[in-house]
Amino acid sequence: MSVAATAPAPARVFGSGIRRREDPRLLTGTALYTADFTLPGQAYAAILRSPHAHARIRTIDTARAKAAPGVVAVFTGADSDGVLKPIPCAWLIPNSNLKTAPYRPMATDTVRFVGDAVAVVVADSDHQAYDALELIDVDYAPLPAVVDPQKAAEAGAPHLHEEAPGNIAFHWTVAGGDIDAAFTSADVVVRDRIVQQRLIPTAMEPRGALAQYVPATGELTLWNTTQNPHIVRFIMSVVTGVPEDRLRVIAPEVGGGFGSKIPQIQGDFITVFCAMQLGRPVKWVETRSENYVSTTHGRDHVQEVELAATTDGRILGVRATVWAGMGGYLSTAAPGIPTILHGLMLSGPYQIPAIKEDVYGVYTTTTPVEAYRGAGRPEATYMLERLVDLLADEIKADPVEVRRRNLIPPFENGHAVATGLTYDSGDYQGALDTALAQIGYDNLRTEQAAARAKGRYIGIGVSMYVEICGLGPSQVAGAVGFQGGLWESAIVRFHPSGKVHVFVGISPHGQGEETTFAQVVADELGVAVTDVKVVHGDTENTPMGWGTYGSRATAVGGAALAIATRKIKEKARLLTSHLLEAAVEDIDYADGKFFVRGSPDKAKTIQDIALMANVAWNLPQGMEAGLEASSFYDPPNFTYPFGTHIAVVEVDPETGHVELKRYVAVDDCGRQINPTIVEGQVHGGVVQGIGQALWEQAVYDQNGQLLTGSLIDYAIPRADLLPDIDVRSTVTPSPHHPLGVKGIGEAGTIASTAAVYNAVIDALEPFTVRSIQMPLTPERVWRAITAGKGA
Amino acid sequence: MFAANFEYLRATSLAEAHRLLAANPGAKLLAGGHSLVPLLKLRLAAPPAVIDIGPITELRGIAGQGDSLRIGALTTHAAVAASAEVRTSAAALAEAAAGVGDPAVRNRGTIGGNIAHADPASDLPTVLVALDAAVVAVGPKGERTIPAAEFFTGIMTTALRDNEIVAAVVVPMSKRGVGSAYVKFAHPASRYAVVGAAARVAVNKGTCAEVQVAVGGLVPHARRASAVERALTGQPAEAASFQAAAARVREDLGGDVNGDVFASAEYRAAMAPVYVKRALAAAAARAGLT
Repeated sequence: MSVAATAPAPARVFGSGIRRREDPRLLTGTALYTADFTLPGQAYAAILRSPHAHARIRTIDTARAKAAPGVVAVFTGADSDGVLKPIPCAWLIPNSNLKTAPYRPMATDTVRFVGDAVAVVVADSDHQAYDALELIDVDYAPLPAVVDPQKAAEAGAPHLHEEAPGNIAFHWTVAGGDIDAAFTSADVVVRDRIVQQRLIPTAMEPRGALAQYVPATGELTLWNTTQNPHIVRFIMSVVTGVPEDRLRVIAPEVGGGFGSKIPQIQGDFITVFCAMQLGRPVKWVETRSENYVSTTHGRDHVQEVELAATTDGRILGVRATVWAGMGGYLSTAAPGIPTILHGLMLSGPYQIPAIKEDVYGVYTTTTPVEAYRGAGRPEATYMLERLVDLLADEIKADPVEVRRRNLIPPFENGHAVATGLTYDSGDYQGALDTALAQIGYDNLRTEQAAARAKGRYIGIGVSMYVEICGLGPSQVAGAVGFQGGLWESAIVRFHPSGKVHVFVGISPHGQGEETTFAQVVADELGVAVTDVKVVHGDTENTPMGWGTYGSRATAVGGAALAIATRKIKEKARLLTSHLLEAAVEDIDYADGKFFVRGSPDKAKTIQDIALMANVAWNLPQGMEAGLEASSFYDPPNFTYPFGTHIAVVEVDPETGHVELKRYVAVDDCGRQINPTIVEGQVHGGVVQGIGQALWEQAVYDQNGQLLTGSLIDYAIPRADLLPDIDVRSTVTPSPHHPLGVKGIGEAGTIASTAAVYNAVIDALEPFTVRSIQMPLTPERVWRAITAGKGA
Repeated sequence: MFAANFEYLRATSLAEAHRLLAANPGAKLLAGGHSLVPLLKLRLAAPPAVIDIGPITELRGIAGQGDSLRIGALTTHAAVAASAEVRTSAAALAEAAAGVGDPAVRNRGTIGGNIAHADPASDLPTVLVALDAAVVAVGPKGERTIPAAEFFTGIMTTALRDNEIVAAVVVPMSKRGVGSAYVKFAHPASRYAVVGAAARVAVNKGTCAEVQVAVGGLVPHARRASAVERALTGQPAEAASFQAAAARVREDLGGDVNGDVFASAEYRAAMAPVYVKRALAAAAARAGLT
């Protein structure tokens, strides 16, 4: 008996930039997102949201809405309170006096941001639901708003929660080395006040949910726009009381997340509540306007920072105080972002003997803040890269030279920094040299000087970074208050025909792991990539996993997959030795074939083995049938990708417009499974970071109204405003990862904001401009130039 | 978002559109839908009926009419931008049309719908005012021609009567020695004009013989910059005169410059001379090429 096997690809598939298998369905519009599913008897939910940033709810009158055509039900917080538990915060950082306040799926007596959910209408059609929404009468007693995190922490600021005096959600500190000595002995101290403006993630697909509850079985199925369906199941079970074994969460196609689909937000719970109350499927899909107030935002730091150094540019210490806006409530992972993912990263690629940072998480009457691509690391990189440029300016040295003097020398296995982290591997000098050579740095400086003589203002900005990825060892997760594990799992299953199913706990939503994970299996076992199907996103048929965020899907999930695949390989070797009657030590493997050493014609393909293992006619004593393996991988350390980005800009001195002329990105994410996908991730990441530098800002007025509440006002990057992005890489494998990979999802965003910002400040050097609030809008740049001309 | 309920009606002729307008007080006309539909979806407009005039083929297309081009109201921005006639004889209009929104907007949005909507930050009104274009409005009892400078009367308000429909825009064609240009400071999100400047300049032996300039985006509606026009007429067509004349635009702006969270009124007012100067230079350069 034989089964036709697909011939393995001749060239090595690991490291090959093959096309993404996801793309045909995405590009032809046949992919199915949460909003595309419709169930028999489905009703539609529309959510009434607070128009006030802060107010007491005196009364809610739903009578007119209930009587409107097609309306099935109207619920308020009074209905859901006690049925649903408050939404839990899942990152309770220790030693920080953390004060969580109840975050209700629907507000009962007080609203704390514009967009806070107040009531829900369920109707037979979405139009009817929105029509009836206008018929709910809420009597609000407005309270004072506070939107700036530093001001919210001042005495006398409007107060949000009785549980959190002074609006302080937590105060966390990181300290290493003798910071006082560093500043006392310093020749030079440079300081800045940095505002990391609030950003709106703007995933192409807004959030939504479709919930089906079957009263007869007590089973709940939830289609959800999420980056982590298994966490959704866990949290949804806690809030609704539906046992985890009766709860199925499906993340169908998910149209981007960037962190905004990590947390469970009010609408998710409201949708489930309605479905359970009514015994009827209920769907809720955000409009874009709703997305802008109800889905989480990112960044929102005010940072007072200073750096101590010697006159020859050696960094002695970095000290900072950060006020991190949390919004009206603590979102799922929010406290961990300005602390663990930010404060611990303040050494960057540099040798810094002493570091101290105080971080205040502050409640403000704004949309809750969560992870946004980079999550904490862009804010750390920006802080360091600004300080280093300010130091270079102060001591009149080239910014590249100042960086060089402080870089951590190359290391292959472990380097401890003052914040307590141990980086895995790095060659920061290598990335810097590659970027400088690619951009032609020395020539550029000459061109810059020549252009200035003609009244043209060209700027060159360098940004170096180290980031923390592959979250992470579960023991560390527990120690830093993460209310879950951070391991990943994978199951690899060979069918009798040699085709393969891979089931993973991670949940890709644009990153391309359906392709890269197939490449890993194909590379390890010599099957064709097209013979491997990667299944993810459904808690009912995938093993437990903690989700896709923090550039961890390949760094952790990919390791689980590699180990499971290698278990298959070992079993195949054993079965081959049995079938070929040779000692297992004598079985070699190459290109999809297991053979007796020295006799390559005496061989079994992996497809032969898959068939024989599955029919189980002739297995060695004690071997179980089937060819399947699983792995639970808990990483021994984080991974630490790094790189250097260089931007070249030209500023129009008449208008303040910034034109990006060139961009070189050199990233080291360890070994690359698919360089084309790596490049794509870098492109997207770089562009989002440029967005922060030049265009994006969520602006609230003093009453807490979001002034940039739509894509008419909130400027996301557009292709015609961007140069070609020249993507290069160096390869420094992670020493502890089974595939040597590190992660690439966020690197671009982490590096690019500072690169572009530094370039603009460099261009404006003749006007003695030191600091401009981001984003660098033409008006802000023009004002800085105007002020500089006057000076 | 979801629009409030409305009646959808369809007209295949101007006469039918007028009948439907008369029979449905408060009805709105739908052309390309790129101004009206967003208002409907945000529930900023909730008309009882929407009359789709898309099928009226006589309102579509570009044709010569004496010394002018007649551009049908339903002509899309993409068609205006791609038209060889417009590019040759009204370059500023082609330039403005090519910069409206994004390709999807330009493929659906129409010149008639754009000007009837009269967004103060819209590009086309500025160009039409500068070029001395006229709007052909058709009422139940016939048509009248309204000069563009009189058509736009305020923020989203026009001289159009409730029972009139924009049928066409008539744009004088540039002759030899005349060039036009439109230069804008586009909002990075909306692509609407933060500041827009349109100019048509006739150059005769190195001198600016005739000058037409309009600004938009920063004022409630597009308007002529007559102080600039006076200052440049008879001056040499060179950078120094463009700069000097453009500086006079502040006299034309008056006291009602718009500001918002992206760009303050003060900044916009400071940018107006820069963009007027650039528009003058580009128009004069084209005059030399024709």
